[in-house]
Amino acid sequence: MSRDTALQTEASLPDADAPPKPDAPPDADAPPKPDVNSDDARSPEQLQRLYTQMLRIRRFEETAARAYTQGKISGFLHLYIGQEAIAVATADLMIPGDRVVTTYRDHGFAIALGCDAGACMAELYGKATGLVGGVGGSMHFFAKDKGLWGGYAIVGSHVPVAAGHAFASKYNQDGKVTLCFLGEGAMHIGATAEGMNLAGLWRLPIVFVIENNMYAMGTPLRRQSPVEDLTTRAAGWALAADRFVVDDVVDTRARLAEAVEHARHHNRPALVELLTYRFRGHSMSDPGKYRTKEEVEQWRSRDPLHHCEVQLLEAGMTEQELEAIDNEVIAEMDAAAEFADESPLPEPEHRFRNNLVEDV
Amino acid sequence: MASLQIREALRAAIDEEMARDERVFVMGEEVGYYDGAYKVTEGLLTKYGERRVVDTPIAEAGFAGVGIGAAMCGLRPIIEFMTFNFSAVAFDQILNNAAKIRQLTGGQFTLPIVFRGPNGAAHMLSSTHSQAFESFYCGFPGVKVVSVATPYDAKGLLKSAVRDDNPIIFFESEIMYANRGEVPDEEYLIPIGKADIKRACGEASKGNIPITVITWGQGVSVALAAAELAAKEGLDCEVIDLRTLRPLDDEAVLTSVRKTNRVILVYHGWPYGGTGAELSDRIQRLAFDHLDAPVLRVCYEDVNMPYAENLEQLVLPTAQKALEALREVAYRKV
Repeated sequence: MSRDTALQTEASLPDADAPPKPDAPPDADAPPKPDVNSDDARSPEQLQRLYTQMLRIRRFEETAARAYTQGKISGFLHLYIGQEAIAVATADLMIPGDRVVTTYRDHGFAIALGCDAGACMAELYGKATGLVGGVGGSMHFFAKDKGLWGGYAIVGSHVPVAAGHAFASKYNQDGKVTLCFLGEGAMHIGATAEGMNLAGLWRLPIVFVIENNMYAMGTPLRRQSPVEDLTTRAAGWALAADRFVVDDVVDTRARLAEAVEHARHHNRPALVELLTYRFRGHSMSDPGKYRTKEEVEQWRSRDPLHHCEVQLLEAGMTEQELEAIDNEVIAEMDAAAEFADESPLPEPEHRFRNNLVEDV
Repeated sequence: MASLQIREALRAAIDEEMARDERVFVMGEEVGYYDGAYKVTEGLLTKYGERRVVDTPIAEAGFAGVGIGAAMCGLRPIIEFMTFNFSAVAFDQILNNAAKIRQLTGGQFTLPIVFRGPNGAAHMLSSTHSQAFESFYCGFPGVKVVSVATPYDAKGLLKSAVRDDNPIIFFESEIMYANRGEVPDEEYLIPIGKADIKRACGEASKGNIPITVITWGQGVSVALAAAELAAKEGLDCEVIDLRTLRPLDDEAVLTSVRKTNRVILVYHGWPYGGTGAELSDRIQRLAFDHLDAPVLRVCYEDVNMPYAENLEQLVLPTAQKALEALREVAYRKV
C-alpha cells in the first residue's frame, strides 16, 4: 500500500521556481525541535518521549471510554485509539504560530499539543473547567494558544476554514503553516474540493492530511471512492502528494516533515494520505460489526504504539521501566478523570456568553 | 454633501475602510478584474492590488470558509456574494462556522467578517435568483443582519459592519444599486441595531389615522409609495426602516405601535416564518393592549417566484397591496 518514494512534487506549476521564503523568525521561548532526519531521530530518549505521548493519548481515550460507559460523558465520543502516532508526529513538526485544524476526532491532537488532560476530560464531562468551558464537548476541542484550532464536526466544513488560516499567513507573510486533518470520508464532499482547490490556486502554506482509517463511519473506502489512492486527486489541485502507512511514529514524522517544509519554504501546499486504523468503532455507540476480527487483528499487529514499545525494548529498556511509564500515565489520566468529576458545572448564565462579542 | 448611487456609497465605505485598516480585504467572484458584477468594487483592484482585492473561482463555500478562517486570524474580510442566492451553497459555512466558532470555543476567537451582496427579487430572474434570505440568516444566533435602502444608510452601515467584531450579513439589492441620495462628504458611521423613521406621522384626529409601516430593504420604497397614496385617504403612515434585522430595534417598533395602534409590515420575503412573523410575534406580545387591528403583512405570496412579468408582479409586495392593507387595519376596507 505504501509508496516507496516520499513527497511527489514534480508537477509543473506556473511559479514552481519561486524563491523559498526566509525562515520564520526564531522564537526564544520555543523548545528546540528534534531534527527529524538526523541520526538522533530514533534515539532511545526520543523514542521514549514519543512513546509516552502516544500512550498518554491511548490512556486518555480509554479513561474517557470508561467514563462514557459509566454515564459520566454523554453525546458523541469518537476515540483516536490506533491513530495516536499521527498527532504525536505532527506536534514535533510545529513551530509556535503553526496551526492544527482537525475533525471531531480531536482528543489526540489536544493531548499531543500540550493541553492539560484534566481540562480535556472536564470538557467531555461538560464542566466549567473544560478546555472551552464545557460548551463544545468532545467534538470541539480548541486551544488557540497551543496551536489547536479545532475541533470541527461538520465533515469537510473545516477545510476551507483551514485554507483561510493559511490565506492569512500568506497575507501577513508570517511563515506559519496550517496542518488540516480530515478523514477519508471528507474527500467526497464539496467544501473539501473547494478548499483544496483554493489552497492550490493561491499556493497557500497548508498541508492537508487525510487520516484514512478505512471507514467513514461504517462505509469502507471501496464504497466511497472509485479510486483507492486518494492522492490521485492532488494533481488537479496542484498539491504535492504523499501516501504511506502509519505504523512507525518516527517514519511518519519524517515523511510529514517534508510536506511541512515544502509548505513553509516553497509555497507548496500538499495532500498527504495516511493509511491508519481506528481500533474502536466510529463512536462509542458503534460496535463496528462491519469489520472482521481478522482485519482488526491485522491492523492491531501494526499498532504504532506497540511497534514503538518493541523498539524501546530492543534499545535496552526493561519491561519494568515501561510499566513504570504506564503507571505514571495511568495516574495522570485517573487524576484527570477525578478533576473532571469534581469540577463544577458551568454557571447557568454561561449559555448567554460568546454568541456575539458583546455577550461577555 | 454629494449625490451618490447606492453602489458608489458602498464602494466609498469599502474604500475608506481599506484605506484606514490594512487588515480589511475584499474577496469574491469578479470583484477584481471584472470590477464587480454590479460594479460595487469598481476601481478597488487598481488601487489596492491583488493581495487585498481577491478574485475567486465559483466556490462560495470555499471562499466563505476562507474568509472565516482569515477572520479567525485577525484579518477583516469583506466577502461579496454576487447574489445571496448563491450564498445557499455556503450556508453551512455561515451557520456552522461563522455563527458558532466564537461560542463553541468559549470566546477564543473573534470573527470580524462581512458577507455582503444583493438580496431579494430583482426583475424577471425566476425562482432561484429572486429569493430574500432574511428569514434564513435571522433565524440563528451568532450573526448580525443588516439591510440597507438608501445611499446614506448603505455607506454608514457598511463602515460600521466592517468595524464590527461579529459576523455581519449585509443585504443590498440589484435594482437599488443605481438609486441616488445625498451622502455627507465627511466621515460618519451609523450604529448597527438602530431603526430609522423614513416618514413620520402626525397625531390621530378625526380626519387622520396614523398607521405604523415597518419595512426594510426593497420594502422601503414600496412603503413610501403606499404612504403617499394613503395620505390622500387620511391614512397617515409612519414608515420605519429597520435597517438592522438582527438584533431588532424593538424600542423603535414598539414606540411607534403604541402611538398609532395599527401596524402593517411591508417587505421582500415569504410569509411563512421568518422576520415578518418574528415582528408580528413581538408586536402582539409586547404591545397587545395597544393594538386596534391585527398586524398585517405585505410580502411575497407563498409561491416560488415565476419568471413571467405579470406573474412576478402578482407575487411581489406592491404599493397597491400595501394600500389595501393600510385600509384594512383602519377598517376602511371597501
